[in-house]
This record gives sequence, C-alpha cells and structure tokens, in this order.
Amino acid sequence: MAELLRVATAGSVDDGKSTLIGRLLYDTKSLFTDQLAAVERTSRERGDGYVDLALLTDGLRAEREQGITIDVAYRYFATPRRSFILADTPGHVQYTRNMVTGASTADLALLLVDARKGVVEQTRRHAFLASLLRVPHLVLCINKMDLVDFDREVFEKIKEEFRHFAAKLEIVDVTAIPVSALGGDNVVSRSPSTPWYDGSSLLHHLEELHIASDRNLIDVRFPVQWVVRPRSDDLHDYRGYAGRVAGGVLKPGDDVIVLPSGLTTRVAGIDSFDGPVDEAFPPMSVTVRLEDDLDVSRGDMIARPNNRPTVGQDLNLMVSWMVDAPLRRRARIGVKHTTRSVRAMVTDVSYRVDIDTLHRDETVETLALNDIGRVALRTTSPLCYDPYRRNRDTGSVLLIDETSGATLGAGMIL
Amino acid sequence: MPVTGYELTHLQMLEAEAIHIFREVAAEFERPALLFSGGKDSIVMLRVAEKAFWPAKLPFPLLHIDTGHNFAEVLNFRDHRAEQLGARLVVASVQAAIDAGELTEDTRPGASRNQLQTPVLLDAIADNRFDAVFGGARRDEEKARAKERVYSFRDEFGQWDPKNQRPELWSLYNGRHRPGEHIRVFPLSNWTELDIWRYIAQESLEIPSIYYAHSREVIERDGMLLGVTELTPPRPGEIVVPRQVRYRTVGDITCTGAVESTAATVDEVIAEVAATRITERGATRADDRVSDAAMEDRKKEGYF
Ligand SMILES: Nc1nc2c(ncn2[C@@H]2O[C@H](COP(=O)(O)OP(=O)(O)OP(=O)(O)O)[C@@H](O)[C@H]2O)c(=O)[nH]1
Ligand SMILES: [Mg+2]
Repeated sequence: MAELLRVATAGSVDDGKSTLIGRLLYDTKSLFTDQLAAVERTSRERGDGYVDLALLTDGLRAEREQGITIDVAYRYFATPRRSFILADTPGHVQYTRNMVTGASTADLALLLVDARKGVVEQTRRHAFLASLLRVPHLVLCINKMDLVDFDREVFEKIKEEFRHFAAKLEIVDVTAIPVSALGGDNVVSRSPSTPWYDGSSLLHHLEELHIASDRNLIDVRFPVQWVVRPRSDDLHDYRGYAGRVAGGVLKPGDDVIVLPSGLTTRVAGIDSFDGPVDEAFPPMSVTVRLEDDLDVSRGDMIARPNNRPTVGQDLNLMVSWMVDAPLRRRARIGVKHTTRSVRAMVTDVSYRVDIDTLHRDETVETLALNDIGRVALRTTSPLCYDPYRRNRDTGSVLLIDETSGATLGAGMIL
Repeated sequence: MPVTGYELTHLQMLEAEAIHIFREVAAEFERPALLFSGGKDSIVMLRVAEKAFWPAKLPFPLLHIDTGHNFAEVLNFRDHRAEQLGARLVVASVQAAIDAGELTEDTRPGASRNQLQTPVLLDAIADNRFDAVFGGARRDEEKARAKERVYSFRDEFGQWDPKNQRPELWSLYNGRHRPGEHIRVFPLSNWTELDIWRYIAQESLEIPSIYYAHSREVIERDGMLLGVTELTPPRPGEIVVPRQVRYRTVGDITCTGAVESTAATVDEVIAEVAATRITERGATRADDRVSDAAMEDRKKEGYF
C-alpha cells in the first residue's frame, strides 16, 4: 500500500474546493492553533457569519480580497494510514493553467459540484483535463448538500448526469460522495443527514484507495539527467549516469540500449549514496554505471533492447494551451521532454475539443487561451517518447516560448 | 533500502524528488548556489544535494546571507559542514553592507535585520552572477510559501509575482530566464517540519546543539521566549528567568524565539513536533507577526 497520495481539487468557481480542503484539515485535527486563530480572526474582521475554512488555503492577499482561489496551494496532512499532499486549485477559467499545474502530478482528483447547480461547463472542462492528464482516480464530491436538504434525488441526478458525460472520457475509477464541505457531512465521518448513502466518507475513501498499480513497472525507461564524473584521484575512472527511473525495473547485469544512438551494453551497477541498488524502479533517483565506455550524455534515454520507446521527430499531442497569444501552424517553439530540450515547429493544428459536447472542431486553425486540442509538431532532433497513456513521464512535454522563456502549454503525446 | 513490492517510503519519495530537482538545476543552469545557513532545513537540503552528486563533490558553492545576528553554534556548524564537504562557501554580510553605508539599520527597539537580508541577497546574486539559488523553504511553513512553485521565477529586481507564476507541470521544470533574471529553487517544497526531523533521524545528521533542549536565560516578550544575549538584552522591567528551551528555527537571533522543551534527542524532538499544536513560525518568528501578509510582502520584494 502506497504511503503517499497526491490529491488535487477540481471543479467550478465557488463550488467549495477550498472549503472542503479546509474541512478535511480541520476535522482530522491537522490544523495548528495559530493557523486556526488567524483564520478565525480574518473571518471575524471581514464580518463572515462563520469561520471561512477556505482561508486556510487562500493565502494570498488578492485571493482574500476577492474571495476566490488564484493559484494552487499545497497542504500536507497525515493519518495513521497514509500521508497526503493536497493541491487546492482554482476553479476560475482564467486560472485553468494553475489547475493543470495541480492536477499534473495528482493520483486523485476531487471534482466538486454545487448540488444546486449540477454539472456546469467548468466541471466538464476540469473532468476532461483530469482525464487527459490521466489522473487515475476521480471522486465526484456533490457539495452543498445542506442547501438541497440532503435530498437523495438531487445527488442521484447529478451523479447520473456526470456518468453520462464521463462515459465519453477515459476515467478509470469514479466514485460519487454527497458532502457538505461547510458542515463536514461525509467528509471525515459518515453523516446522519444522508442515511440513504451507504458508501464511505471522503477521508475513508482516500485512505483505502489502492494506487500501486498506477506506475509503469514494465517498460524500462531511464532518461539520463546528469553525468557523474568525480575526477578525483581515487575515482579517476568513475563515470555514472544519474537520473530518475521513469518506467520499469532496472537491475545490474541487464542488457540495455542507449537511445537515440542505439548502442547496446549492460548495466555494470546501480549506485546511490546509501550503497549499491539491486533494483531501481520509478520514482527512484539513482546513478547507473554501464559496462562499456559509450558516449552517453544528458538527454539520452536508457531502455531495454527488446522494449524501446519511439525515437522520432514527428509528435502528435493533445495540448492544453495556457497563454493569450494563440497557437498557430508554423509557430516555432521550444519543447522540453524528459531531460531533453529541442526546438520544434507546429506542423498542424488538427482540432479543438468542444468542452460541452467533447466533439472535435476541425475547422479551427489555432488554439486560444484555455483551449484543448490536437497538434502536430516536428522537432529539430529526435525525442525518445512513449504515448502519455502508457507513461506519464516519457509521454509529456512542455511547450516553451523561445524568446521570453514562458511556459506556453502542456502536451500529452498520443 | 527497505523495498517491498516496489514501494518507496514517504521519505524516500521526497528524497528522490529533491535529488531530481538538484540534478535538473545543475544540468540546466550556468551558476547555481545553495543557500546554507546552518539551520535544520538547509542541513537536510545539503545532505540531499550530497546524495544527488555522489561520489562527486557538489557542483556549486554554498551561499550564506549573514545578518551578523547569529547564534555562534550555528555559524560554527556552517563552517564545519562546508569544510567536511570540501564545498566553497560564499558569505554575504549584512554588517559589511551597513558598515559600507549601503544599508541603513533600523535601530529602534524591536527592529530586526530581516528586511536587510533581501538587498544583501540580491547583491550577492548579482555580484556572483548566480542564476539559480536553492533555498530550504517548505510549503508547510506559511500560507504564502504554500503557493510558491518549486522553481520560483524572479525578475531583474528579484521580485516574486504571486499572481502570475509560471505553470509547473509534472516534474518538467522550466528554468528559462533572461540575463539578470534568476530562479529560486525549493527542493524541499513538499517536506513538512516532521519530515525534516524524521530525515535528520534517518540520516543521523548532525545539527547545531540549540535545536535540542538546554537551559538558557530568557525573557518573555510578545508571548515569545527570547534568549538573553548581547544583542537581545532585557529591556527595563523585563525579568530574566532560566528555562529549559530549544529552538525550532534558527533565524536572526533578535527575532527568533525559543520554545520550552525537554526534548534532548532526535526521537524526543520528533515526538514533540508530532504533538505540537502551533506552527514553527507562529511559535518562534516575530518577523511573521507584523501583518497577515508579512511573508507574501517580503517575498514580493525578493526575500528567500
Ligand atoms: N452552504 C454551503 N456553503 C458552502 C459549502 N461549501 C462551500 N460553501 C461556500 O461556498 C463559497 C465558495 O467556497 P470556496 O471553498 O471558496 O469555493 P472554491 O471552489 O474553492 O472556489 P475557487 O477556488 O475560487 O474556484 C463560500 O462562501 C463557502 O463558504 C457547503 O457545503 N455548504
Ligand atoms: Mg478555492
């Protein structure tokens, strides 16, 4: 059972994401007295009729002034079963890039829906993004149940509505829970107000969820990050390739191939500060020594001769576009993929996905801010990649503005 | 390594993530530096850095912004650790900047040198042409820090713009910047105070003795226990009492409080931290009490 679970919130503005995170922290007694006192003081000063637990994550001045979340806040808590990293993301469409930031590393998305409003465009957008990012688990929190008298009909209707939409997405595991973030119903313990609900509380679900199988332990992928050359007298000939295992299990003695050169050799040993490593697997950071003296440098990929990533210059991506200036055909952009940075040209903008219907709009020629669509790129030199669905690490790219250095978008290789 | 079913422990995950960050920065930046104060977070950060490049030495120097208001134990420890690793140590001194007339010190009672660290840090970054600076800040410390990216982009004035941070996707960090701009990098972003202590225990790391309970003459000021030193003499009317205390953070001596404690070993400190109901900064840092957004405002100006 994995000890650490990374959770990100999702859902439309004001649906109660920050309040839910605050409630989880409050009811698990994960808050410190001075934090709580500060939040109580601010609520009192603002004249809120209750303690606004959203203030626990909405820590920026501008967020407090506007009463919305602008950027992701990370909070940490642990129960005897597990530890959690909670990323509370903004619901406002203007800050979609920050929601993607929080969701890109999540094992689980908490998608909130306001029981009075049901599934709205932002709910669909975030559900679609979570599915594109392949966040493996999703909990649909139907929130503000207190405002609909904890009515089972409302819950079932929204659940159905979402299932209907999600059927078109690739979300493996969806669980729906009726909650009130404000009152704490079904957050940490089961609520007496929903006797008709026989599932677990949110916390119980998070604690018990099985996530081990979400990593790729089959395809060996080791992007070389840094060449370790001590150049000291006693370690004169030492040469190690440092990196983080992106897939599979790598062992001393394994036959390996270095890409893109295609040279083959064997793993002489796997080193770490704490001693030799028998088996290296994701997400371990280790240093690999090879038997033969090959020309290997940052950006190269170590794999097995009989199980290699694609090596190529033509990529098809699903892109989440994050800046005002539209993405156009023939644009020249920077691409960062694993430990390799190259330049690329946009060869095609194939379609934009309509968030409401999930239909492909093939008439578009550009992607605008917050659009999601399919794009083809040709890179200046080859990348060693896998489909994102197969491997999140070797299937993801950053799109970068070559002049300003800004991050333009996130790409998932098809 | 206790590995069963290809699972890492929580600390192993955090360590692997931090090692990855160190190597990315070393590979992609020209002139990184690691902020090393001799405090517990920077000690942990330094150990992770050591692991990232082992068996080679650190490929970057250490940088200390010396306020001149230090605990002697901590300075000694800083030098000892740098020497042990054979690392180059760059010290930028707030006192020297004051002596040279570059900074004016606020000498009113209650003023600290905290504000003065920022210009000295920014000058050190410019003078040494550092383009990436590792800091030991953690997101659990404070609500503005909770919002900060692992790679925190700073403009030519060293400013952080919390409303316009770069998206940070997966573990693909974007370190692009133009001349004069730099990136602050926080490899321990996802660690908590408890993780730091558990790591200190796991690695048997040496830390300055003031982190453990000891007897000290203190005064009570603004609800904090302040050690009596040359820099923090009792004010008229304040009563000096001996107490068993330890420090949870070691910042500027004039504004860092101690907490009452009997925890004399790492395990006892872990038990104490696990049970504590008040945050590290809430308990001990007068500099954060100025206003609700004190940290955010300082960070916008270029603070750590
Ligand atoms: N009655 C009721 N109100 C709630 C509940 N959950 C949240 N609210 C209120 O809804 C409003 C918005 O809550 P937030 O937690 O800030 O919403 P959010 O989803 O984080 O909003 P953004 O981050 O800006 O997208 C606040 O006034 C909350 O007090 C609930 O379960 N019941
Ligand atoms: Mg919010």
